[in-house]
Amino acid sequence: MKKLSARRRHPLAAVVVLLLALAATGGLYAAFAPAGTAKADETAQSLAIEEGKKLYSVGCASCHGTGGQGTSDGPSLVGVGSASVDFQVGTGRMPAQQPGAQVPKKKNIYSQAEIDQLAAYIASLGAGPITPTEKQYDPAGADAAKGGELFRTNCAQCHNFTGEGGALTHGKYAPSLEGVSPKHLYEAMQTGPQNMPSFPDTTMPEQQKKDIIAYVQAVNSEKADNPGGLSLGGLGPVSEGLFAWVFGLGALIAVAVWVAAHTAKAKKS
Amino acid sequence: MSTVTDTKKKAPAGERVADWADGRLGIYTLAKANMRKIFPDHWSFMLGEICLYSFIIIILTGVYLTLFFHPSMNEVEYAGPYVPLQGQLMSEAFNSTMHISFEVRGGLLIRQIHHWAALIFLAGMFVHMMRVFFTGAFRKPREINWLFGFLLFFLGMFTGFTGYSLPDDLLSGTGVRFMQGAILSVPVVGTYLSMFLFGGEFPGGDFVARFYSAHVLLLPGIMLGLMVAHLILVFVHKHTHFEGPGRTNKNVVGMPLLPVYMAKAGGFFFLVFGVIAIIAAIASINPIWALGPYRPDQVSTGAQPDWYMGFAEGLIRVMPGWEINLWGHTLVLGVFIPLVIFPAVLGAIAVYPFIESWITGDKREHHIAQRPRNAPTRTAFGVAWITAYMIMLVGGGNDLWATHFHLSINSITWFVRIFFFAGPVIAFIVTKRICLGLQRRDKDKVLHGRESGIIKRLPHGEFVEVHEPLSQGELHRLTAHEQYAPAELPPAVDENGVERKIGRMEKLRVKLNKGYYGEDNQIAKPTVEEYKEIQSGHGHH
Repeated sequence: MKKLSARRRHPLAAVVVLLLALAATGGLYAAFAPAGTAKADETAQSLAIEEGKKLYSVGCASCHGTGGQGTSDGPSLVGVGSASVDFQVGTGRMPAQQPGAQVPKKKNIYSQAEIDQLAAYIASLGAGPITPTEKQYDPAGADAAKGGELFRTNCAQCHNFTGEGGALTHGKYAPSLEGVSPKHLYEAMQTGPQNMPSFPDTTMPEQQKKDIIAYVQAVNSEKADNPGGLSLGGLGPVSEGLFAWVFGLGALIAVAVWVAAHTAKAKKS
Repeated sequence: MSTVTDTKKKAPAGERVADWADGRLGIYTLAKANMRKIFPDHWSFMLGEICLYSFIIIILTGVYLTLFFHPSMNEVEYAGPYVPLQGQLMSEAFNSTMHISFEVRGGLLIRQIHHWAALIFLAGMFVHMMRVFFTGAFRKPREINWLFGFLLFFLGMFTGFTGYSLPDDLLSGTGVRFMQGAILSVPVVGTYLSMFLFGGEFPGGDFVARFYSAHVLLLPGIMLGLMVAHLILVFVHKHTHFEGPGRTNKNVVGMPLLPVYMAKAGGFFFLVFGVIAIIAAIASINPIWALGPYRPDQVSTGAQPDWYMGFAEGLIRVMPGWEINLWGHTLVLGVFIPLVIFPAVLGAIAVYPFIESWITGDKREHHIAQRPRNAPTRTAFGVAWITAYMIMLVGGGNDLWATHFHLSINSITWFVRIFFFAGPVIAFIVTKRICLGLQRRDKDKVLHGRESGIIKRLPHGEFVEVHEPLSQGELHRLTAHEQYAPAELPPAVDENGVERKIGRMEKLRVKLNKGYYGEDNQIAKPTVEEYKEIQSGHGHH
């Protein structure tokens, strides 16, 4: 202790003590201060979750609860995964306009960046299907014929032969797949939105999903060709029958009226 | 002035050919009797022609299709140009239909003409049948021809159904499965019938070949025969015509078959062909490439039959799934009851002519087509029948009604269940009211003339509308129809004071007859006295 006591009157002693005190205070503060801000790593992910939470509070919380736990008006979103959010918000289904038999597709008002933020927030609530990457859903090179077989086995019961949609019970329906992007098709299969069953990779591997997407693109998109002419909605015999009655028989009766009205004039003799 | 040498000159070539043929076929007598056959002019009399011509078009295009179609269920792998099916396993029947659609020159167009013409043929028969029904043109002597026509419609349904099943695509395969289910529901013999028809368990490897011979040979053969018989009877009975000046029950007013009707009918054939070809060229029908080959483990929503079977589809769709399980056997009422109702509803319209002639007791010949309003009860029955039919068509398409009108499919099903029974009753009452209203309007027109729209002010300030009296021809047209007195039961006691025995059926007949001709069921047409009395009052009202 000699040394210490000998130097305690040193002109710089006060400075040293001050430094030590400051270091101790700062260190202690660093050790005990509330975590949040102190721990915050300023990565893009955490920023996205932060922004997503804000968007969530405005657009979703009234039905799904402030923490995504669900209410009587909307299910819990814990574990639905980012793919669900990307599908539901990306197709305009969520936020829902009103309760009903089924939430319809409508104009999407969120930008893709905002959807990603919302998805990041929901994904942070619990593990679930992840938004697919383009490599996963891009149908280029997939087998449309195989996809057609899979489609007729798994999808056509509700969505019709070429994905024109169909009715379910009590006002619910399987929507038309016309114009649905490959990503949303993939996500729908993965997550099973609303009344749809889900087809996770364990039951339907990625390649099969791509095949199905390739088939839907081949038969029900602007690229699809109709060798027979007007497809009449692709709805089968009901629309064909209606067309035959209205335009077929209708035109023929009009022709018959015309023929009957133009008869040979009696010769004046 | 011809000289002796002139007459010995050779006759013109055409005459010589005709002479040659007459010597062997006797065509002069045939032609003499029929060339000047008179046909009346009315657009609704051409509905039958639409059917005849579309049938001819179906036969012509059908022959072309048989050249390329293979009625076999052997499994092959698709290697044609349609990419989304390449490598898929399918039956030879499906494969050859794909070949017709994509590789045979004009194949798809011919296929589409064939199918569109079939839909139009059936629709034409339906409307033609209704025309005959509503104008009473089925009355004596035409009851047999009515039955021939009905049989043509009925066989047409099954010819269409077998043809629709031939490509062995997923849609038609579902339809065949539907039919097999209906057969299975028949008590006791259902299973045997199904095994017999399909040569074993469904689908087996036989049904396409079997349906094929029914579709191209058996059914069209019978139909062709019936159609010839139908036309011969039209010639024998002569055509009906509507009331008008100079038209009676004993004549036909119109134009001769040669040259006028030959030209008109011939031209109309090409118009019908043209319209059907245009439709087939612009609108797709039964795109089997989009439907895929049939596999019993697959099914699609929106699987409906062609429209003429939609009625049967509706019956099955709306029928509750009742079943009775007894002694290890299941009676599937949910399918069997529709299977019974289906022919019953069709049969109701088929036997109507006989029921009407029994009720009215009218056994005379009729060659004047009635105006529907002048037979209110029959018209009401017809509209009620159409209503039941159409409501079942709605039932058959209940899923598309649900998706396109944003309704619940369950509500539609319940609507159909209730209105299959209530709809015809409402339609009957409403139609009868409308008919009687139109009869009153006719009477009013006869007695007071046509409303001219000219308002006249009388000297004392009253405004009246000027009514123009009708022309003599119009007066005849509106009053020429016959009106019947309702039947009456004979007095309960005969002239000897003995109680008369009146059968229960006769009592029923008289009751029904009153429903046709009794009070409030027809409006008495104006009499000459009424007309004179009103007309003498200067026609102010």
